[in-house]
Amino acid sequence: MATKIKSESAEATPLSPSPETWNLRLYIAGMTPRAVAALDNLKKMCEEHLAGRYEIEVVDLLVNPKLAVGDQIIAVPTLVRKLPPPMKKIIGDLANKERVLVGLDLRLR
Amino acid sequence: MTPEGRHRESFNCYQKYAQKRNLAMPLNKKIKNLEKCPTGIRGLDDITKGGLPRGRPTLVCGVTGCGKTLLALEFIVRGIQEFDEPGVFMSFEETSEELAKNVASLGFDLEGLIRSKKLAMDYVHVERSEIEETGEYNLDGLFIRLNIMIEETGAKRVGIDSIEALFAGLPNEAILRSELRRLFQWLKDKGVTTVITGEQGKNELTRHGLEEYVSDCVIFLNHRVVNRVGTRLLRIVKYRGSSHGTNEYPTMIDEHGLSVLPISSLGFDYPVTTKRVSTGIDRLDAMLGGKGYYSGSSVLVSGTAGTGKSSLAVAFVDAACRRGERCLYVAFEEAPAQITRNMASVDFDLNQWTKKDLLRFHAIRSKLCGLEQHLGSMIKLISEFRPSVVVIDPVTNLSAIGSTEEIKAMLTQVIDFCKNKGITALFTSLTEMEQTDMGVSSLMDTWVFLRNVETPSGERNRLLFVLKSRGMAHSSQVREFVLSDSGIQLTDVYVGAGTVLTGSARLIQEAQDKAKTEAQLQDAARRQRELEQEKALVQAQIEALQHKAAVLAEDIESISHYEQSCLEAATRNRAELASARQVD
Repeated sequence: MATKIKSESAEATPLSPSPETWNLRLYIAGMTPRAVAALDNLKKMCEEHLAGRYEIEVVDLLVNPKLAVGDQIIAVPTLVRKLPPPMKKIIGDLANKERVLVGLDLRLR
Repeated sequence: MTPEGRHRESFNCYQKYAQKRNLAMPLNKKIKNLEKCPTGIRGLDDITKGGLPRGRPTLVCGVTGCGKTLLALEFIVRGIQEFDEPGVFMSFEETSEELAKNVASLGFDLEGLIRSKKLAMDYVHVERSEIEETGEYNLDGLFIRLNIMIEETGAKRVGIDSIEALFAGLPNEAILRSELRRLFQWLKDKGVTTVITGEQGKNELTRHGLEEYVSDCVIFLNHRVVNRVGTRLLRIVKYRGSSHGTNEYPTMIDEHGLSVLPISSLGFDYPVTTKRVSTGIDRLDAMLGGKGYYSGSSVLVSGTAGTGKSSLAVAFVDAACRRGERCLYVAFEEAPAQITRNMASVDFDLNQWTKKDLLRFHAIRSKLCGLEQHLGSMIKLISEFRPSVVVIDPVTNLSAIGSTEEIKAMLTQVIDFCKNKGITALFTSLTEMEQTDMGVSSLMDTWVFLRNVETPSGERNRLLFVLKSRGMAHSSQVREFVLSDSGIQLTDVYVGAGTVLTGSARLIQEAQDKAKTEAQLQDAARRQRELEQEKALVQAQIEALQHKAAVLAEDIESISHYEQSCLEAATRNRAELASARQVD
């Protein structure tokens, strides 16, 4: 089961898919400190750069091991940018913000 | 409890559960000796004396294209097929579909095995350009993927090919190395026997030094090209806890998979028999103690060009087929059809035996593959066809693909193999003089030598003699070897006045001898006639004299009668006279 975290502003307004809704999936293997850190970093970054148009899915591979195969996950934590394409993978606890932004190809808007 | 706490607890429970499962695995094979996991790969179990170390990782490294993936895959598949041990294969280089297609020609049905849940396969794709590294991480994802596969199938064997792809994909080598260490420890804890492949490095066994982590058993595969002939080789570099063959063994990949060809005999203790088989030529049998070759022995027929070695071999084959025994004829020089046609000119019909499948030809150019491959295919053919006679004609062709020692080693293996099976092996060899170039004569039990001799009368004839024949009295005489359209004949050579004459010179001499004997006979007859005549003459004389003697005897008798009668007459007269005188 994946927990979804939507952007706060999107919760208030009705769901009309804007062309640039980002769909990000974070793969973890249990709620280790690293995983928690990754999630925190991710949430902060999304609020900062993608306010209102992101969706974070957290997949715990200990609960759902089979989901690792689909996205070819070997490292944990891994952040996968599912939308918009192309798919991008970022491994690590996302502490290096610059790298994450480059990796996600997030242009500052 | 916080969500984090809940998740942590679930992970701990999972760990405990995993450990429990390990303990539950049967440990009934006790820990005195290292337990081994038989691979099912032909020959490998022999060299490793039982298989790979059970529950430990084995490293298979080598150059590109030498069969590492195949070895790993075959280990898994045969584990399922032959030992009922499910397995898992994690590939970093080829997808499962590609692998399935690649090994379909070997008769491995990967998809079927996956369906029956005995095999689980996963393809891990690590693309450097897709990955951005942004902090600390570990490779739990890999562990998890491996784990679900192992749990699903209850696997006892794992193949990983080839984990070095991770080095290309993941930037942080420190994390990678520590995770690899953890991975192999984890695999050991799981109790699965793992085969890991790695590419050969410049100065080390593997490019990224995997042998640091996987050091229980290391197998090195090599591919060598010598004289434009390629050979695959396997060597066990290291095997902790067990003795193993340390040489480089040739390996072959054929339609059954990988096979390693170790030296087959463990000593000279093959069974021997005193049974004898006919050579196909009566007089040659006579030269060999009266009965022919020993069954199961090795025979060398050597000679210069055109002396009839193949014919001698075919005579042997023909005799064997006539007895209903199967023969395998390995020809390096002539096509079977040509051999059949040529032998028909010496009154051997090989077609009849080929039709009855008593004779099989294996014709192959020696340069086509390496010595080991020849050996392997010969062994395979012999095992399948189970002949009682094997002919290899000629053996000297192999010098194009190997050195003298290598050929001798290969022939040793062939001979040992045949002797263990009680097969009589006949080898023909082209030589210039009374020594085989390859020194193989010491391997042979019987050595028949054919030689051309040029006679002063301007001819070349063939001579045959038995150089050696172990274990039997053999003739030391030289015979003339004659091929004609009524078959092969061995005739006596003419030995007289210190020369050996053969061929037409012999015929001339024989004719001369014959004439001489004739003349002598006639002479004797004539003398006999003469004496008879003389005897008759003397006989006649004797008769004449006897006749005379008889006549004389008659005469004597008649004279005495006359005398007697005269005397009587005179007496009568006197008496008459007297009486007349008295009367007056």
